[in-house]
Order: sequence, then structure tokens, then C-alpha cells
Amino acid sequence: MLIAILTDLHSNREALSACLASAEQRGAQRYAFLGDLVGYGADPGWVVDTVMAYAQSGALVVCGNHDEAVSGEVRRQMNPEARRAVEWTRSQLNEKQRDFLRTLPLTAGSHDCLFVHASAANPAQWSYITGSVEAVRSMHATHSRITFCGHVHDPALYNLSPTGKVAAFTPTPDYAIPLSSHRRWLAIPGAVGQPRDGNPAACYALFDDARDELTFMRVPYDHASAAEKIIAAGLPPAFASRLALGL
Amino acid sequence: MVVDGFRLEEKLHKGGMATLWRVVRTDGADSTQAPLMMKIPILGDNNDPTAIVGFEVEQMVMPKLSGAHVPHYVASGDFTGLPYIVMEQIAGNSLRSRFDQAPLACEEVASIGARVAAALHDLHRQQVIHHDIKPSNIMFRASGEAVLIDYGLARHDKLPDLLAEEFRVPMGTAPYMSPEQVQHIRNDPRSDLFALGAVLYHLCTGKRALGNPGSLRGLRRRLFRDAVPPRALNPQVPPWLQEVIMRCLEVDPAKRYDTAAQLAFDLNNPQQVTLTARAAKIRRDGMATVAKRWLRSIGTEALPQQSAGGQLSQSPIVVAAIDLAQGSEALSELLRMAARRIVQTAPGARLACVTVQKTNRIAIDVTVDKQGQNVHVKMLVGLKHWARHLQLPADKITFHVLEAPDPAAAIVDYARSNDVDHIVIGSRGSSSLRRYLGSVSSQVVAQADCTVTVVKAPAPSAQAAKTGAVGAVQLPTEYNL
Repeated sequence: MLIAILTDLHSNREALSACLASAEQRGAQRYAFLGDLVGYGADPGWVVDTVMAYAQSGALVVCGNHDEAVSGEVRRQMNPEARRAVEWTRSQLNEKQRDFLRTLPLTAGSHDCLFVHASAANPAQWSYITGSVEAVRSMHATHSRITFCGHVHDPALYNLSPTGKVAAFTPTPDYAIPLSSHRRWLAIPGAVGQPRDGNPAACYALFDDARDELTFMRVPYDHASAAEKIIAAGLPPAFASRLALGL
Repeated sequence: MVVDGFRLEEKLHKGGMATLWRVVRTDGADSTQAPLMMKIPILGDNNDPTAIVGFEVEQMVMPKLSGAHVPHYVASGDFTGLPYIVMEQIAGNSLRSRFDQAPLACEEVASIGARVAAALHDLHRQQVIHHDIKPSNIMFRASGEAVLIDYGLARHDKLPDLLAEEFRVPMGTAPYMSPEQVQHIRNDPRSDLFALGAVLYHLCTGKRALGNPGSLRGLRRRLFRDAVPPRALNPQVPPWLQEVIMRCLEVDPAKRYDTAAQLAFDLNNPQQVTLTARAAKIRRDGMATVAKRWLRSIGTEALPQQSAGGQLSQSPIVVAAIDLAQGSEALSELLRMAARRIVQTAPGARLACVTVQKTNRIAIDVTVDKQGQNVHVKMLVGLKHWARHLQLPADKITFHVLEAPDPAAAIVDYARSNDVDHIVIGSRGSSSLRRYLGSVSSQVVAQADCTVTVVKAPAPSAQAAKTGAVGAVQLPTEYNL
């Protein structure tokens, strides 16, 4: 089965539409959303409604730190700009949408895959996987052979050998990578709604669980429109300008 | 015994790392197809990590490969059951069987070298570095093409390098391992050219270029100590072949051939090899040079941006197809501009200047012109004159007069057999007669396997205005196929 994995959507309607269209065109049969549906972007309502519709037809959805912040208490460690965005986002969502975000689980599993927003070592702490050390900690915390997570916006693929050696890899888009059954894998597809690796194209991944092959995808989208809407909504201009740069 | 639909028929070979079985499909679907072989790794009692990881790498890389120069991949079984790979069985013996007969005739060494280099280029084009080129991993099809086997140490640009992180020791086979492999650098396709150089050295001298060291210290010697020049061991080796082999064995990858295609080109065109001090060497480098290299060998690191694909993209073989006929001077000037632009953008580019001496299909050819000059020599002189303004170094440019009745077919054939990346060719207008008869350039565009740039001279502006053409014709016009 071909599973499309999308994470860090960040209220970016243009990017999400482009990724979903691409996944459909590639023949995705199942969907997993790894959290942070909202925050930063100007279309939280549309994005949450869209993900809710996918969830109703069987998609897996887990909670991200922005989803938690919008649907519950704003955590103190959030920076002031992000906090302003959270408050704006909350004002844009209706009760049903906020309920959906509030009831999202921290993790979801399917066969030998684990879906989680941040490190599996302690999902509620929202720790970032920025290198091999954090990746190993997360891989050791689960029995699943493959972990898919987000939170970090740059695409990355880590593997852990049976002898305990870990390796990091920066994937090239649109090339199927076989995931050897002999080792553990941790895949970060990269952000749909706010890519930060210097390439503005939206990220997602396709996993073929029959062939054990993972393909990282990059999808160009109309980031100018997404940026204009952010400005028009009165959100911090930096949220808009970074979309064109992918920073 | 039957494994996943393959019946094991006969044990072909048992090596240190794997057992090879001849297999057939039990569904009988392939009775007419090529014979198949199953490779089963020997993992040992202690589960030797190199054997396991090497096999994992082979399972990852082989399904990505295609073409005549690799065994066709059929199926694999993973470590949750019995690990295996089923692939096409290549008939015959490996090049290892010829080694005991070394030194071989130099023509045979060059032919082997050219075919292995062509296979390597095909592999590098698929973004894979082999990292274990040695006689026992080189086989030949009945048609003559080299087939490279055993991808246990390979590295694919677009797949995680499982070996790099797992092991902190040099990986390869000691007599053929490149200096950068000794230093744990695994992203330079020119490592395979070094290994091929060591193979050819052995074939034409009967001796190992760099011995067979068993320690890291012994391996590190190749970072500064050079091989005895082949001609000192076998005077039958021509200077051009010594030049080629010693260039492959350069410590600094940048001093080797840029690509395997460029190496194959020289092995196929011995008269075009530019001889340098390497060709004339009769003894190893002096201590001063060795000491300098020793100092440099401390602290070399991999450039992260290096890759098989990257190296190839900056080192194309470009053909300029030149018409030396009178009246085409303006066009040939434009052709030179276009060729310069292409060559300048790729630091490793090599330009082959080609013209065609049209021969008769039936009538006897005239080899001297009215003034009694040899036509072939005259054309060669013309080519060199055309290229003079480009001021390319001698090892970056070659000249070829092809003799053929059909110029376009000759250019296309030449490009195909020399792994040419890009052809630049002129087109002389579009008269109705030319449209009717067909032009050389349009035939080349239609039939070539590579990119073709067609250069056209601007139409006279008055005529353009009269015929209502939109502005001036853009020059040069490029068609990327």
C-alpha cells in the first residue's frame, strides 16, 4: 500500500493542496498527517477541515505542538511571534475544528510503522531530532521498525544498524530508497507548509509498505499567494517572506 | 531445494563471502530466458558485520542498475528469512583467469581497459561508484562488453551509504584500492579509475602496481609512493599506454582522467593521447616529490558535494562537427563560439573536433586532391586551424577525420561509440533543395542519443523582413533532445 506522509502543514492551503494533488497523482492509497496542521499560515480553517475529511476516510492524524497550543494552553516557552500566531489562529477556528485538534493522539501506529510529531522518546515534550544522537534516542524508544516524524522542517533519513551504528542521510527528491528490513529507520519528510532547507518547494513523503521503499517528494507551489494572505491577515511579515526563500 | 519460487540446481562457487547457485524458476516461466544465479551470503557464526552490510548494500543498489554492463537483477530475499539475490548468470570466467598469463599483449590490455572503462562510465552515469574494481569482479559477455559484478562496496549518490558510518577502516581490495579509499573517502568516481589503472598495470607488466599490503600503514604508502613505471618492467609497453596507466594511478584524483569515458576515449584512440612526463618516466619519483606528497597526505578530507553524478556532469565529452567546405567560414565561426560556451561551463570538458571525408559507396575514392595533397591530412590541418582560437590545452582537445559515405551516420556512430554527451553542429540555412534532400544536422538531431546543439547563421535581415520572419533569428538555436 502506498502511504502519503505529510507533516508541519502550518495552515498553508496552497502547499497542502499541491502536496495532496501530487500524492493523488502518484496513487497514494492512505494518508498520515504528523501534526502541526496550524500555526504561521493564513488558512487554518481550510487546512483543519481538509485533514478532518481525510481522517474520516481513514487517515492517521497525530498532534503537533502548534495544534496543542491552539486547542489548549499556550505554553510559556513559545516565542512571542508564534504565540501571537497561535492566538490569531484560535480566533479563526470554530468549536468543531478546535475539538478535532484537542482530541488528536500523540502517536499512531500501523504495522511496523510509528507516526509521531516529534521524538518518540517523549512525544509530549516536543523534542527536536536535529542529529544522530536524538535520532538514536527516538529509535530506541519504540519497537516499530520505521518511525515517521516531523517537528524538524528539513527532510532527513536516519538508520540504526543491528550493531548500534547510526547514519544520517539527506535525501534527494523523487528517488525510491529501499529501507532494509535489517535495520531501524527514522524518516523526517520535511515540512509541507514551511520548508526551511533553502528550497521553497513543499515536502512530503510516499512510503510503499509492500516494497519497503520510501520516496521523499518536493512539490513547487504558489508560495506568493500564501505569503500575501499572511500579510493580509496581519500576521508577522517574516512568516510570509520566509516562504519564498524556504527558510 | 526451492526458495521463493527458485529451485537450487547446482552449486557454482563458494567464496569467502557468498555461495553461488544456479537456479531455475519453479513456475517454468523463464525456460527460454537467460540462466539465473542465486547469491547467498555466508554470514558465519559471529554474523560478520562487513558481510551483512555488504550484502544489504548489494540488495539496495542492484535493483537500481540497468544495462549491459551489470548482471540483470531478478529478485531478493531479506534478512527476516533467507537473504539472497537472484540475478542473471554471466557465462564464462572473470578477468582473474587471464592474470596468470600476464604480461599480455598491449593491444589486448588496451582493449580490455577500454571495455571496462565503458562499463564504468555506464555505472557512474547511473550514479554508482563500484569501489571494488578488480580482476575477479570483471566479466565479459560473448559480445565483448564488460560486465561489472559484486556491488557490496558500492555507493549510490541517492541512497544512504550504509558502509560509511558502519566501518572506520578502509574498504576495498588492497592491490587496487585508491588512495582516497584508504582515507575513507567514498564519493569520488575517479576511485574506480585508479583501480582500473592498477588492473591494467598488472596485465601489461605481470606485477602489482602497489603490492598487496596487509596493514593500514602499508596501504597508506600509496598516498605518497608511486608505482615503478610499466615500461621499466616491460619495454614492450608503448609510451602512450604508460601515460594512460600512470594517469589513472595519480594520487590526486584531479590529476586522473575526469571520467571513465575520457579514459575509454584515450584507450580507443592511442594516437590522440597527449604524452607528458608520465610517458617518458623510467623510474619512480625522487624523494623530494615523495616527501611533498607525504606532507599533503596528512589531513585530506572528503568534499561533501562530490558525487558520481556531479563529477560526470562537469566533465562531458563534446563533439564539434565541422564542415570544412568553402563558403562556410561564417558558420564555422559561430560553431566555434557555441563550442567555446559549452566547454567553458564545464571545467572537465573535452572537445573532439570531428569532420567527415565523404567516401563513395561504390566508386573508387580519390585520396589526393587536384593539387596532389592528401585529403585526409588537409582536413586534419583544417580542423586544427579551426580549433586554434579556442586555445584549449592539448589534453582537452582531439581531432578526427571520419571517412564515410553518410556524414550524419558517421557522426552519430562516433558519438555513440565514444560516450559523447553533446554534439554541436552547424546547419546551412533551409533552402527548399535542402529540405527535400534532408540536412546532415537534422539527421544527427533525429538519430543521436545525446544532446545536440544546432548552430545557424542569421538570415540576411532584408530577406527576413520580406518573408515576414519575426525579428532576427536567435543564434545559436539550441535543441535539447
